[in-house]
Amino acid sequence: MKEPKYWKRSRGAYRILIIISALMVIVAVAAIFFLKEGTTSNDENIPSNAEYTSVPSTSDDPDQIVDGIHVRTGLIEAEGMMAVVNNCTNCHSAQYVMQNRMDKDRWIATIRWMQKTQNLWDLGENEAIIVNYLVTNYPIINKGRREALSHVEWYDLKD
Amino acid sequence: MISTLGTDIVFGKLLPLDYVPLALQDPDPFKMFELDPEMVVLSDKPWNIEAKAHMLDDTITPNKVMFVRNNGIIPENIDLDNWSLTIDGESVSKSKTYSIQELKTKFKSYTYQLLLECGGNGRSEFDPPAKGNQWTVGAVSCASWTGVRLRDVLEDAGIKKNAVYIGYHAADLHLSRDPGKEPISRGVPMSKALQDETLLAYQMNGTDIPLAHGHPLRLVAGGWPASVSGKWINRISIRDKIHDGEKMEGSSYRMPCKPVAPGEKVPDEEMCIIESMPVKSLITYPKSGAILPKGKRLKIRGHAWAGELQVAQMHYSIDFGATWISCPVERPINRLAWQHFSADITFPQEGYYEVWAKATDSRGVSQPMLLPGWNPKGYLNNACHRIAVKIT
Repeated sequence: MKEPKYWKRSRGAYRILIIISALMVIVAVAAIFFLKEGTTSNDENIPSNAEYTSVPSTSDDPDQIVDGIHVRTGLIEAEGMMAVVNNCTNCHSAQYVMQNRMDKDRWIATIRWMQKTQNLWDLGENEAIIVNYLVTNYPIINKGRREALSHVEWYDLKD
Repeated sequence: MISTLGTDIVFGKLLPLDYVPLALQDPDPFKMFELDPEMVVLSDKPWNIEAKAHMLDDTITPNKVMFVRNNGIIPENIDLDNWSLTIDGESVSKSKTYSIQELKTKFKSYTYQLLLECGGNGRSEFDPPAKGNQWTVGAVSCASWTGVRLRDVLEDAGIKKNAVYIGYHAADLHLSRDPGKEPISRGVPMSKALQDETLLAYQMNGTDIPLAHGHPLRLVAGGWPASVSGKWINRISIRDKIHDGEKMEGSSYRMPCKPVAPGEKVPDEEMCIIESMPVKSLITYPKSGAILPKGKRLKIRGHAWAGELQVAQMHYSIDFGATWISCPVERPINRLAWQHFSADITFPQEGYYEVWAKATDSRGVSQPMLLPGWNPKGYLNNACHRIAVKIT
């Protein structure tokens, strides 16, 4: 006796569920339509110059690349970059890496020093990948005994 | 915390003890450290930030343009009421601990303007490049420091006859967050520790030291690499040998004992600890790049310093060192403070010029125009500073 009653009640519940779901689908489709309209019209107000595209995006992707630069760390996108990100930016900034221009031997010596004294782990096969990335993308620039003044911003001196 | 925020925290007493206010979590260093927007960030972990020459024009360096140099992570929770300084070590008569309040009330306070320059200031110019933060010219400051003499505190605890060195320990964290590691623990020989001007400072420029510069207690030993002026100090050990803390050994803050060729490998045992910084100067006005009409005179000014010594003479050149013209340099307000120079320059004709400044110390040693001796870590670049000028 109890079963038919149960079925009757649940059928009623299902009907309500179906109506709610249908309404949600309609609202969702309408929302997507209107929001899309909105973004399209906004796009027209955004200048499409290079400067804009180089602004770091607020994307949630931690490894987003904009104009060949890994946004989160500032490293140049090239073979081996993720090995550097994953092994070299846990303790210190990638700026520590990018500021320094060294040859293969000195990078390896620096890695050994970090392993001996700074809690850096064994890099395994990543070591060669990392060192190759660094010497390739951040090569030594010869400066001589004194460089010429460069990037002077000229201005009229008042007073 | 108040000194970092520069304001009282309303209802601050209701904050949980381990809560870091949002203002301190802000990753924007310019807001967090109240910096001039022109400051240059070399590294954000750890924070390393420098000024440009023209920003350092003030007689006394204000916080907003003072270079920030860190080896580790800035302490996250400073509990001023429970902060203590312990004097210990092999050569202390009796280990002793002081609260900040005790230091302030028990000992006489002194105020000095003290020159702090990073040992690696100017490193970016070395060829082949030297490892470390690539400082240009702006890792130098001369602020007004107030505190008690380290000597008074050491003597209160008692210094044994066999004392050689002091070494500081501080509350900053190692970058790996390993509590067993210190990011930096350096020191000075007893002769420097006992100087009148060597302070345990609790104020900078008349207010609590900003967090980035060592609140609540900083060792300030002017004229030496700024790394000996330890921040967030909670312990000082009187040692019976040269302090062997982090960044005292190996090649850290050391120069080759004998000059080496550029790029040469130098074994650790042939590296000697840097003590006094060398003679140096900086043109802080005008900013490089000034254009003047022909016939107008150019007034320049800047600062000069010479580590433990004084600057005795100041010269400038507008012809790349072919001729040097003497210009006045003031006496320092106190020992180990920078000195101010100025000059009034006329240019013979239109064209491109560089104004080079050269200081000479009380022993007759001058700044080189080219880079001084290459060294593996790129310390002590005291080559002449210069600015570009155009006469039209």
